[in-house]
Parts: sequence; C-alpha cells; structure tokens
Amino acid sequence: MGRITLDQVTKSFGEVNVIPPLDLTIEDGEFVVFVGPSGCGKSTLLRLIAGLEDVSSGQIRIDGNDATALPPAKRSLAMVFQSYALYPHMTVRKNIAFPMKMAGVPEDEQKRRIESAAKALNLADYLDRRPGQLSGGQRQRVAIGRAIVREPAAFLFDEPLSNLDAALRVGMRMEISELHKKLDTTMIYVTHDQVEAMTMADKIVVLQAGIIEQVGSPLDLYRAPRNRFVAGFIGSPKMNIFEGEEAKKHNAHAIGIRPEHLTASKEGGTWKGTVGVSEHLGSDTFLHVHDTGLDETITVRVGGEFDAHHGDTVFLTPEQDKIHRFGADGLRID
Amino acid sequence: MARSVTTQRKTINTVLAWAVGLLIFFPILWTILTSFKTEAQAINDPPIWFFFDWTLENYSVVQERSNYMKFLWNSVIIAGGSTVLGVIIAIPAAWSMAFVPSKRTKDILLWMLSTKMLPAVGVLYPIYLLFIKLGLLDSRFGLVIVLMLINLPIIVWMLYTYFREIPGEILEAARMDGATLKEEIIYVLTPMAIPGIASTLLLNVILAWNEAFWTLNLTAANAAPLTAFIASYSSPEGLFYAKLSAASVMAIAPILIMGWFSQKQLVRGLTFGAVK
Repeated sequence: MGRITLDQVTKSFGEVNVIPPLDLTIEDGEFVVFVGPSGCGKSTLLRLIAGLEDVSSGQIRIDGNDATALPPAKRSLAMVFQSYALYPHMTVRKNIAFPMKMAGVPEDEQKRRIESAAKALNLADYLDRRPGQLSGGQRQRVAIGRAIVREPAAFLFDEPLSNLDAALRVGMRMEISELHKKLDTTMIYVTHDQVEAMTMADKIVVLQAGIIEQVGSPLDLYRAPRNRFVAGFIGSPKMNIFEGEEAKKHNAHAIGIRPEHLTASKEGGTWKGTVGVSEHLGSDTFLHVHDTGLDETITVRVGGEFDAHHGDTVFLTPEQDKIHRFGADGLRID
Repeated sequence: MARSVTTQRKTINTVLAWAVGLLIFFPILWTILTSFKTEAQAINDPPIWFFFDWTLENYSVVQERSNYMKFLWNSVIIAGGSTVLGVIIAIPAAWSMAFVPSKRTKDILLWMLSTKMLPAVGVLYPIYLLFIKLGLLDSRFGLVIVLMLINLPIIVWMLYTYFREIPGEILEAARMDGATLKEEIIYVLTPMAIPGIASTLLLNVILAWNEAFWTLNLTAANAAPLTAFIASYSSPEGLFYAKLSAASVMAIAPILIMGWFSQKQLVRGLTFGAVK
C-alpha cells in the first residue's frame, strides 16, 4: 500500500519560504509526476516526502499513519537519485543487498530478491562489478534494483534520467513505465522535462514557486490547462499565447493556440505573416512566423513536406474550437 | 587543447626535477655520509666525498652511550598516540562541519588554523607552568596531549576537505536504505573516507615525529623521544659531527622508511582537492 497525503505542508529555509501551505493526495499505485521549472520546489517536495528534509509545518501521512516526524529509514519509501548515489566501494550485488542487510532480511531471501531484480533489470552479468565499471544506464538500473528489493510502499525518483543521453533516456523511460505496470506500486517522479511527465504519468502535478498550479491527467492538462502558466508549460513546442485585439474578439484578455492546432497555407487564411526560422524534424516542420499583426512570434507545426523558407509569406488559420481563452488574472475561461 | 610537450622539453624538465630533488635531499645525504666517517674525516677541509675509510664505529659508540631503543619507543608512543587521539577527536568535528555546516563553519575553520600562526614559544611559559602544576613534565602522556593539540587544526582541516569530497546524496541514499546514523558511518562513510583518513594519519605521524620544540622543552630523561636523542649529541664543543650524524640517521631512519613506502598516499593526501 502506498497512499500519501500532504496536509498543509510548508517548508522554509531561513527567511525563504519555498513551499507555502500545500495539500496533495497521491493514491495507492498511482504514477505521479511533479513537474515545473528549476527552483519551483518539486525536488524539495519530494525530499519532504522522503524525510530527507523536515517540514516547517503541516503533516505527511503514509497509508493514514502520521509520518511527519519519522526518519527516512522508517517511512518504507525507496528513492532513486539523479546522481544514482551508488556505494562506490561495494559491488553491484552488495549495493542491491544493502537495504535488505539494514532491514535484517535473511540471507537466502536476500539472494532470491537480488537474482530476481538482476534478471528484471538485465544486471545478472554485472553483479560482481563495482559501480565505477558500469555505464550510466547500468548504474541507473542498479539504483532502481536497490530500490525494488526493499519492496517499499512507494518509489521516489528525483530526476533519474537527466544524466543519461537522449537515446538511453527514451529507453529507460519505458523501462520505468513497464516497471510501474508490473509492480503496481505508487511512484512519485520529479522532472523538469514535460515530455517525461506527459509520457509516464497517471497524474501530473505542475508546480511553480512551491504552489500547485494544476493536478490532472496528462491529457486533461493538455486539453484544459487551468491557467496561462500550465498552458505554456505543458506541450511542446509551447502554446502560442497573445493578448490585444485578437483576444478581445474572443472576449478574453489573452488567447492561446497550440502549434499543432494551426494550419498553414500559401494561398490564404486568418493571419498573414513571414517565415523566420523553420525547424525541420523530418516528419514535422516547425515554422516561426513573424509580422502577423499579433504581438508575438507564432509557432506552427506543419507536415514535413510543407515547403517554406526564410522570408516566405504564409497564412495561418487556427482551429476555432481549440482556442484557449484566459482572463486578466491568467485563469482559464470556459 | 592539450599542450604538446617535446622530447627536449621533457628531458630538461626531468633534469631540473632531479636537480631540485637532489638539492633538497643533499643535507640528509651528507648526514648519512658523515655518519660513516671518523671524527677527523668529518671535519676535514676540503670535505671528503666518498673516498674515506667507511666505518660503523660511530653507530656502536652512539649505541653504547645511550639507550636508542628507549628514545625510539618514546617517539613511537608520542607520535602514534597524539595522531590516533587527534584523529578520534577530529573525525566528529570534521564530520559535522562537512555535512551539517552552519553559518559559522568557515569562521571556526579559519580560527582553528590561525592558532597555527602563533609562534609556539609564545605559549611555552604558560604550558610549562601548567605541566609543572599537573605533574606532566617529562611524561609521555603530557607530550601526547600537547602534540595532539598542536596538530589538531591540521587533522581537522585535512579530514574536512576529504569528507567534503564525498557526495551528500550517497549518505542520503544510505539513510533512505534504512541505515541508522551509526550504520551510515560504519558501512558507507568510513570505507569511502579510508584513503583520506590514512593520509591524515601518515602526515601527522611525520609531523609529530619531527616535532622538536615541545619535545625538547618538556622532557628530560624519561619521556625524551628521538629528537632529544639527536640534540644530546650537539655538544657546545661541537667536535662530534660524525656521532651526531650517526644519531641523526638512527633518529630519522624509521620515518624516512615509512615515508618512502607510503609516498603515494602522502602525495595524494597533500594534493587532495587541489586537482579535480
């Protein structure tokens, strides 16, 4: 079981208030991703749950029991760190065995669990090596193995993939998702990468300056961002948001339209503009269009075949039902 | 971009390094050579280099005249004891400063180091009086305490820089893995810090072994270590160079041999943190 409840939790470092009062419930078995820009408090929040930092006020409950004052070791949570944090002087086998040794698990049971974790994570050939002899991806697997064998109530991941190269990151992303499906244990995952958040999460928690901006499933956040911050943060490339005349036509302070909800044409359309930079990804092309009469550069996604060059004139047309409207307070208007 | 080093340059550097090394080692070499000469040859002008009548006479005379083993044993106890005691006291101090630093940590470290800038003779009088009062004069225990205090700032600093190199996340991982503070220290931190602790021990044994000011001033016969043994041969008449040299060689030999075998550790310890 792994239901985690935060009740009016706050954290300040000296004078600086990092987390204002915050409430959050994470259901058993959920894959929750904390996402937000650097310094938004997502890692601090994770460390508060882990017990590596003390809360300034409020309560943290794990499966209904007050865990606020418990040391990390007593919370039955396992954590995977950004730097892997393996014990360099121990072999892979001993690294994985360490939490079980601390918990006093019998030797033969330790052996059984190490073998099953090694098999699941493709580590069987490396058990007698030291972390220094492993690649980044293998080290990350060892760190995950060390977390699995504890059979914790929940897993905590602190930006676990940010030290890996792009190709490896995609692979590990899927492995972690698979692992979640197999173990069916609560996982809390911190990242600044919204692609990781979108692809892995059951539930995304968007944070900014310690405040929860929105909680919801990836598609909820994509389809109905609660405010301009979430609208700009979720989705890649970013949503185009602009104020002024065009927004007034829609009875809003600002309107937003995602690059994929605009169509481009050489013949005619709603807004006329000039192509600036065009980024060719092969399957898609992103055009950055200037001089549309709107106060921002507009990004539009077109097919890979669409032929447009710097200085060309294009016409853009938004899909009317995909326009997001925001009030002067930044909140969504439905 | 890596700088390319030509063979010629390498040769020049090697020759230079050897020259500097020889210059530094020369006094020790000369002492060793002199210890094998007769007293007359030792003061010969011009000096005789290698072609003299090699003799072990000085060593046997020194051995007869004074109890070398007693001095040696005192040195071992004083240098070893003060170092071990210092490290035991310094580990918790360095620990807390490295992993739970406060606003004043830097100031405390600097303050500790500043005590090393004080000339030792400045506190000789009070310490001497204290020693008389406490009955510690000419006792090994007293010297262990004084030398420990003298070297403690260096021990704390060295351990502090070593501990600082250990990533905090690894200790946090141990905490998450269910280790108590004691288990974290025994199973994770100490094994990772062993190279650092070893170099600290080594360097401080050498410092304490060679310490002469306090050992000469606070001992007479019972607790005198090898530094006092050497000093006893430098008579005002100054006519016993060969015997003085033999005594010096006997005093520095153990530490020289130890230093030779542990030079890798020592160099690592002294340059630690300087290069990353």
